[in-house]
Amino acid sequence: MTEETYPRANRWKRFSDWDDRPLRLDQFAVEDAENGFSAFKSPHDPKPGLGLAAGRVESMDGVLARDFDMIDVFIARYHLDSAVAPEAMAMPSIDVARMLVDMNVPRSELVRLAHGMTPAKLADVVSHLSSLEIAFAYGKMRARQTPGNQAHVTNAKDDPLQMAADAATAVAFGFDEIETTMRVARNAWSNAVACAVGSAVGRWGTLFQCSSEEAEELKIGMAGFTSYAETVSVYGTEKSFIDGDDTPWSKAFLAAAYASRGIKMRCTSGAGSELLMGFHDRKSLLYLEARCLCLQRAMGVQGTQNGGIDGAPVTCTVPGGMRELMAENLIAVWLDLECASGNDARATESEIRVGAKILPYLIAGSDLICSGFGSILKYDNSFNASLLNGEELEDYLVLQRDFEADGGLTPVSETRVMDLRTRAVDAISAVLEELELAKPTGDMKQSVIAASGSDETRTFSGRDVAVISETIKDRGITVIDVIKALAKRGFEEEAANLLQLVRLRISGDYLQTSAVVRDGRVLSAVNDPNDYHGPGTGYRLRDVRRDEIVAIRDTLTRQEVLRVEANYKSAESTRILYSAIGPADISKDGRDVVIGISPAFGIKLFQTVAGHPLSAVLRALITGIREGGCTARVVRMRHTADTSFLGLSAARLAGSGVGIGIQAKGTAVIHQKDRLPHNNLELFSNSPITKLDHYRLMGANAAAYARGDMPEPVIVPTRGEAMGSRYHARVSLIYAIETEMTSEGAPPEEIDIAFLGAAA
Amino acid sequence: MSKEPLSIADYPLAEKRPEIVKTKAGKGIDDITLDGVLSDQVTLEDLRITGRALRQQAEIARAAGRPTLAQNFERGAELVDVPQDVIMRTYELLRPGRAKSKDELLAAAKELRDVHGAGAVAAFIEEAAEVYERRALFKRRY
Repeated sequence: MTEETYPRANRWKRFSDWDDRPLRLDQFAVEDAENGFSAFKSPHDPKPGLGLAAGRVESMDGVLARDFDMIDVFIARYHLDSAVAPEAMAMPSIDVARMLVDMNVPRSELVRLAHGMTPAKLADVVSHLSSLEIAFAYGKMRARQTPGNQAHVTNAKDDPLQMAADAATAVAFGFDEIETTMRVARNAWSNAVACAVGSAVGRWGTLFQCSSEEAEELKIGMAGFTSYAETVSVYGTEKSFIDGDDTPWSKAFLAAAYASRGIKMRCTSGAGSELLMGFHDRKSLLYLEARCLCLQRAMGVQGTQNGGIDGAPVTCTVPGGMRELMAENLIAVWLDLECASGNDARATESEIRVGAKILPYLIAGSDLICSGFGSILKYDNSFNASLLNGEELEDYLVLQRDFEADGGLTPVSETRVMDLRTRAVDAISAVLEELELAKPTGDMKQSVIAASGSDETRTFSGRDVAVISETIKDRGITVIDVIKALAKRGFEEEAANLLQLVRLRISGDYLQTSAVVRDGRVLSAVNDPNDYHGPGTGYRLRDVRRDEIVAIRDTLTRQEVLRVEANYKSAESTRILYSAIGPADISKDGRDVVIGISPAFGIKLFQTVAGHPLSAVLRALITGIREGGCTARVVRMRHTADTSFLGLSAARLAGSGVGIGIQAKGTAVIHQKDRLPHNNLELFSNSPITKLDHYRLMGANAAAYARGDMPEPVIVPTRGEAMGSRYHARVSLIYAIETEMTSEGAPPEEIDIAFLGAAA
Repeated sequence: MSKEPLSIADYPLAEKRPEIVKTKAGKGIDDITLDGVLSDQVTLEDLRITGRALRQQAEIARAAGRPTLAQNFERGAELVDVPQDVIMRTYELLRPGRAKSKDELLAAAKELRDVHGAGAVAAFIEEAAEVYERRALFKRRY
């Protein structure tokens, strides 16, 4: 035997297709615990353990007290509740894991136990949970019942006008917190004033932070511009901590300093930071993060920004990385910390991975689902692009609607956004003028109000902004000066809003765990505790909130469909005249091809989904039939609107036994009289991409079948468009108009067609 | 301070117990108005938290089962009247390698205790000094 030889390809081209997808920009890493690339388990992770003697910790997770590093000391001293620890540490981890997903075990009981567990124990427990179980447990264990969200508001020019406009916009979309930072460190004061003013437009209560160097950030806070801070980072190894230029005591001191200034504060930690800093001690990401979280509770901060954060991208390179991020968030809320749950640094170029990443949080809820949803465009994000950005904000609004899940945001109308942006730019301009910091021109204002991003603005130069910022700082301008300037220039509402926010400091109510301001009230884990214990409990969308979430823009109604059709009616009346001439009979002419049109065709509906006037479609079909050497007869079916039955009914009337069935939306079929209803000759189901030429070819093919030929079927080429998503809402409404006009047993009606004037 | 510790039923204080929410100068929350700001009756000083308010929030945090948060509020209460430069100097000294010896930290602790009455914070810094010494943090880093 000899084999035929032929050139061998060296690659399946699908791999080339895959190479071109954004996913392949993501780098993936091999699991390698020795080098820190392990999500849940490393052979170097300690076994959970605790040695207690007379209430004192003698060993923890395999380390004797005399060998404790700074982090161990702090956790042993301030986190571990020695009254609970013996009981909690003795419980099998799998049993505790089951309690986390048992709706009958109250959150409070689990929180009590967590306070007696070591980092290794906490990590061991959550590692027993699947991703689904982690998400469920997260929804049960998170501290505040009502979910919320946080936005980044920054721009590439550090432009105060755009900062104010974008802050007001973020507030309108419902963010509970907004965070800014700058391209140039010295612009911090300008950013702070602009965001403070912008966030006071429209409503009050959105908390604001200006992420900058520790000392500067505290100063800006003391001047009254900011209301929270979250840049106080902690790390899971001693060497990383020291390289981060802090210790648990220095950070805890800073936490107390923020409290003393009446400023809400959370720490930041996340998997991968130790890996990025080169001191991972060969431990798993989860174990190191469990240490960070115990440390944060020990420090007495109310909450944490965690879930990878800047380490999220590297975490997502390892197997189980995204599950690990969810697991560390679970430990945070289990320890009873507020959780701003990451979903900020864009961990992937794949939109599918982005959507998959956010979904568990959206449906489980979180104190702040993103600890920095990029409310601005990616290139304007001075923290770097977020998981979700201004570009994708509407996708997120739709996800809320799809899953009837409160992601903390609310759709806003175009006119409302323009009003708020205008007001914000006018307000910050008034402040800049009143305080003699700058004089924005009308052109600057106008360009900023309309701009989607800073590429489109004509505004201050980088130098201008630096001067504004340094002047604010040097002159010691405070929030009081800004409030006065606003009021003096007629922005009393914004002045009052800003004052309300600063006034929160007096009682300190918003320093408690998971505090946000909703409708002028502080809502925290104290007065809005998560009481989830099964269906019907915990956070539920109330009707009024559901109404807000579902109200996305450009939704279709039956009225809209009828309005559009009515617009086409008059145009069609100049092109075609349909005259009913009596009941249709069966023809004996072997060249007779019948076109069966649907009940509303040309009566209530006048164009196909592709936008072709029905007169043009009929003309194309008839032309094609004639070109094929047959004669066309038009019959209106009144007993059915279904394509198959339209076609079969037409075929049974046709002398040739071949008929075409067509609905007003453009879906068509070629049928033959002795076939089963759904076993047609040719079907044209993709009406949105069916062109007039296709209808003409369809007519020609029908004629060919009538002559007894076997023509090449007409192919309507598709590129895989999501026809259903684009057209099914409209199609369903249109089709209902057709079916409403059917009448059982109504006989087919022969129609005389007269084409008037020129073709459309 | 009230004799009975505050409970979660008293929270939020500005809503449930407005009569005990006062600024340092004794103004009530309703005295902090826009008119007050515009007529210079309200200053930035009136928009600061007081040690008393932080201790009240500490009581609430403890009642809500958050003793470590309460301790942070109590440390914060001690720092309310500590000047900003002292705060920043102390923070800086607590960072790795800033203090060259245990004594520098102990001196900072003493100042906070003796001058500012911040006993808990002082003890906290003394504790740090012990740990830093054992972990050899008193060395120059830059």
